[in-house]
Amino acid sequence: MKRNIPLILAFVSGLIVIFSEFIPHRPFSSIVDSLQEWFMIISGFAMLLGVMSLLRMNAAKVSTRSPDWQYHLIGIISFGLMVLMGALWGMEEQAGILGQGASISAWLGKKPFDYTYTHVFVPLSATLFSLLAFFIASAAYRAFIIRTLESNLLMIAAVIVILGRTGFGTMLTGWLPESYRFWHLPNLADYIMQYPNTAAQRAIMISAALGVIGSGLRIILGIERSYLGGDK
Amino acid sequence: MPDLMNTIGIWLAAFFTFCIFSFLYRDNPFYKLAEQIFVGLSAGYGLIYVVYSTMVPNLFAKLSQDFSGNLILLIPFALGLMMLTRIYPKTQWISRYPISIVIGTSAAISVMRSLKTDLLLQVGATIINPFQGSTASEISGNLLVIIGTLCGVYFFYFSKKQEGLAKIPSKIGVYFLMVSFGATFGYTVMARISLLIGRLEFLRKDWLHIIN
Repeated sequence: MKRNIPLILAFVSGLIVIFSEFIPHRPFSSIVDSLQEWFMIISGFAMLLGVMSLLRMNAAKVSTRSPDWQYHLIGIISFGLMVLMGALWGMEEQAGILGQGASISAWLGKKPFDYTYTHVFVPLSATLFSLLAFFIASAAYRAFIIRTLESNLLMIAAVIVILGRTGFGTMLTGWLPESYRFWHLPNLADYIMQYPNTAAQRAIMISAALGVIGSGLRIILGIERSYLGGDK
Repeated sequence: MPDLMNTIGIWLAAFFTFCIFSFLYRDNPFYKLAEQIFVGLSAGYGLIYVVYSTMVPNLFAKLSQDFSGNLILLIPFALGLMMLTRIYPKTQWISRYPISIVIGTSAAISVMRSLKTDLLLQVGATIINPFQGSTASEISGNLLVIIGTLCGVYFFYFSKKQEGLAKIPSKIGVYFLMVSFGATFGYTVMARISLLIGRLEFLRKDWLHIIN
């Protein structure tokens, strides 16, 4: 009962979606529209579940006074503030519980949620990702130190693409005559992106698609059941 | 007042930028503070975004405008609430019902999308006349696309051990994959460096007004 009904539900919902691709008429088309709407609503609750799980984990660290618990408390507070601002005054054109928050928006220049997003969230996220520019260099050094044909190909392609996308790369090969324009670094970078890269990406996409089709059918047919969890 | 708040916002952004950059020296309280604030804000932003973009238009707005006409929506609402039972181990099994619908639907959508866009379209795009190009580089490129795709797909065929002559196309496939990974790596480096330049430009332009 606890395992069979979910398996039947997955089978039926999966089968309806697949049928609707081949029979795009009522009732399949309308059922699939409803099913996709349901999917979005349930996914929204899944997001809520994820947030609840995160809060629970952080709250446990705060309550047990584990190392650096103060930072986890700050994380919970910043989450609460963001949710509160979004719920009370809304975001962008969306109104919150207290409406559009015209007075507070006039004071801040924009809604509190959007203000926090622009002045705190965006700088934090951009700086965190830009930090990877430093670590990617040391990672590259470790990768390229291995002397094999494969690692050399990887390094040469990376260097050509990096140089080909900068003014420095253009300057390096700019002196080459027009008859050798294929060897200009920007053209070489374009060639790598257009042909060998396309070929490899296409091979990955085709192989991954075969894998996705196989595992999708396994789930729909009930062969793959790991998403049901344990036997409790 | 908005000008003053904008200035405070720029100082806040500069402070958090330095907090994150301080990690380049070593892990420190400023970085930990900024990291946890980022985690909290990300979760809060994600939740509010989902509520306003998905939950309100698809569920709450419809139910509040015409409750009796949208009674069917109470089913996904109930299933969504059942999803939340996963948080407690004793009631975890209840969440299997909504999860199975989500998994079944998303598996079928993925199967059909992969079949159409990733498999059939890509195979179709590879079946070309390599000599239709007007220049030598186009012809060689077309040949590379065909050989690279075939050898790359062959490399991912794990059902039979690849040895002897059968190993050659697999090896060629690896070379193509390495070139592609190198190109992707180069692109990632450029994207990260452009983000870094963006942050440095913010500090020099918006915060310190050194450059125009």
